[in-house]
Amino acid sequence: MLSIRNLEASYGRIQALHGVDIDVEAGEIVTLIGANGAGKTTLLMTLCGKPRAGKGSITFEGEDITRLPTYQIVRRGIAHAPEGRRIFPRMSVLENLQMGAVTVDPKYFADDLDRVLTLFPRLKERIGQRGGTLSGGEQQMLAIGRALMSRPRLLLLDEPSLGLAPLVVRQIFDIIRDINRQQKVTVFLVEQNAFHALKLAHRAYVMVNGRIAMSGSGAELLADAGVRAAYLEGGHEAPPPRPAPEAAP
Amino acid sequence: MASRLASKSPAATLVKDSAAAALVAALLALPLLGFRMTDTARGLVLDYRFPLVLWSAGVVFAGRLLFTLAGAAIGRRLAARPPRAAARRWPLSGGRGRALAGWAMVGFALVLPLTPFGDRNLVDKATLLLIYIMLGWGLNIVVGLAGLLDLGYVAFYAVGAYSYALLSQAFGLSFWLCLPIAGLMAATFGMVLGFPVLRLRGDYLAIVTLGFGEIIRVVLLNWQSLTGGPDGVYDIKRPSFFGLPFSAFAPEGHQTFAQFFGLAYSPNQRIYFLYYLILILALATNLFTLRIRRLPIGRAWEALREDEIACRSLGINPTKTKLSAFAIGAMFAGFAGSFFATRQGFISPESFTFIESAIILSIVVLGGMGSQVGIVLAAVLLVGLPEWFRDLQLYRMLAFGGAMVLIMLWRPRGLLAHRDPTILLADHPAPSPADPTAPSEVSP
Repeated sequence: MLSIRNLEASYGRIQALHGVDIDVEAGEIVTLIGANGAGKTTLLMTLCGKPRAGKGSITFEGEDITRLPTYQIVRRGIAHAPEGRRIFPRMSVLENLQMGAVTVDPKYFADDLDRVLTLFPRLKERIGQRGGTLSGGEQQMLAIGRALMSRPRLLLLDEPSLGLAPLVVRQIFDIIRDINRQQKVTVFLVEQNAFHALKLAHRAYVMVNGRIAMSGSGAELLADAGVRAAYLEGGHEAPPPRPAPEAAP
Repeated sequence: MASRLASKSPAATLVKDSAAAALVAALLALPLLGFRMTDTARGLVLDYRFPLVLWSAGVVFAGRLLFTLAGAAIGRRLAARPPRAAARRWPLSGGRGRALAGWAMVGFALVLPLTPFGDRNLVDKATLLLIYIMLGWGLNIVVGLAGLLDLGYVAFYAVGAYSYALLSQAFGLSFWLCLPIAGLMAATFGMVLGFPVLRLRGDYLAIVTLGFGEIIRVVLLNWQSLTGGPDGVYDIKRPSFFGLPFSAFAPEGHQTFAQFFGLAYSPNQRIYFLYYLILILALATNLFTLRIRRLPIGRAWEALREDEIACRSLGINPTKTKLSAFAIGAMFAGFAGSFFATRQGFISPESFTFIESAIILSIVVLGGMGSQVGIVLAAVLLVGLPEWFRDLQLYRMLAFGGAMVLIMLWRPRGLLAHRDPTILLADHPAPSPADPTAPSEVSP
């Protein structure tokens, strides 16, 4: 469905991605884990066309989308719930969801709204409230719900667990699984919370310094000693290929 | 403020605070008031006026003292009330109340010329006020909705005014024909400005738009052959009532407005006609804004103001969205400009200086960024009051500055900062008026 080949991207003179290859098949949950600054968010942003890919190609459902402007990429059926949620703080929950549906024929709006509110009952309770007054978890739900309103076939999630309490993280990940199973939406998840992400994912990639260091099924990587040491247990053993100075959350 | 005073020795803090304010005032007053050059027979002489400096420091000391005491007293009173009651005290804070206030204002504006105090002078001033309200509503599209800080809005006003003036002089076109042309011209200029500033935001955008406004004025000033330069354009045709002129005598074979309706000629008729004309134009602007907020493009403007990156990721084309905001905002300035030209009968670049842009922007900001009724209140405050209090003469600007300071102190987010959602679910009520106005992030 999505295939990334030899992708390079840079911010000015600093290169952030060095030839990344990733494949996402329809119906999968694929996760990309890695430490701070490994290039995970850059990869998602490059998928969306900002920054532009310096080299390599991004193909979505057989179409080359490497050079398309961001708003065109979204219209192809890729929705992005960006890092830090980025909901519209002064607009109500309902208006936020409405903004998610700008690319969609208005005749689907009522049904889609119903679907999203069933998925996130909390949003239904808060429907008239300003986005900025929601709690962090609710804001994350709103960001995902807003992305779903564009009827995506591929959902890009950037650190949905960021800054959330462990209980809320569990809840969000359960919902992501539901979205994948029930709504038949392919999910590409970028996470620092490796444990939850690997448990959820069918397949996973590990990114270190702008390169893919490892890949495999979620269960495989979860069992891998190096991954455990680097991303799950606080880095006691020498992990491959480079130690990431980060404790598991 | 109340709690701070209570925690330390209140009197000492109070005096220290006031003394600090007085010191600042004295330092400022020393160069401004303390010295004066006077021209005498022996040449320029430096006058010392130190008592004035002491006086100003004293006034500031007393003022600060009283202000703090009053603030503390009000704070205590508010704290004693339940918060809901405090919200209730503002009759305009709810969505319904605001709508009612809006309708009341429209009704009042409609009957104003018919009331006993609606004399020629008042209606003329109200016309001026309405021009600024219309400009405020127009700029609100750019600044309030789309969040693009535009300091050169007066340029589009000028484009509209000159479009009408020059078209009617060169080709004898009527006001009604020129109005859409002027709007179109202004919108085109809005796009022209929009293209280079698409990537700019905030302060940088403000600086470029400021420059653009000045460019237009300087071009008008120097393009002598087209615009008449500093002499301006005069003898601009007055508007007619569907071809019936508002004059004492009609040209051969024509009728005047008064003759056609069998009325006695009165110069007031034109004043009243102009008043209703700008009222209609302004209300059209308002209606347009209220409607477009519910349409995808209007919602996209508001979303763009909130978060541009999120907008991109939702499939909104920011280029198109920004340009349309610039163009439509400019179009209304163009309409207002051609009205201004026909009302004044004379325009020159002097009517379109930066201070006009600043006043219009202040109206939008003081009104509460996006609030239509707030803009009316702010326009009354910023344009109406200085007009009515012309008797105060030089103290006018002092009172103006004082009013601005008071608003900043008491309504820092604008007179009416509340934003109503454009869409509600049938079975879910709007958030209560007690809903906090400041968006605050709540962590889980």
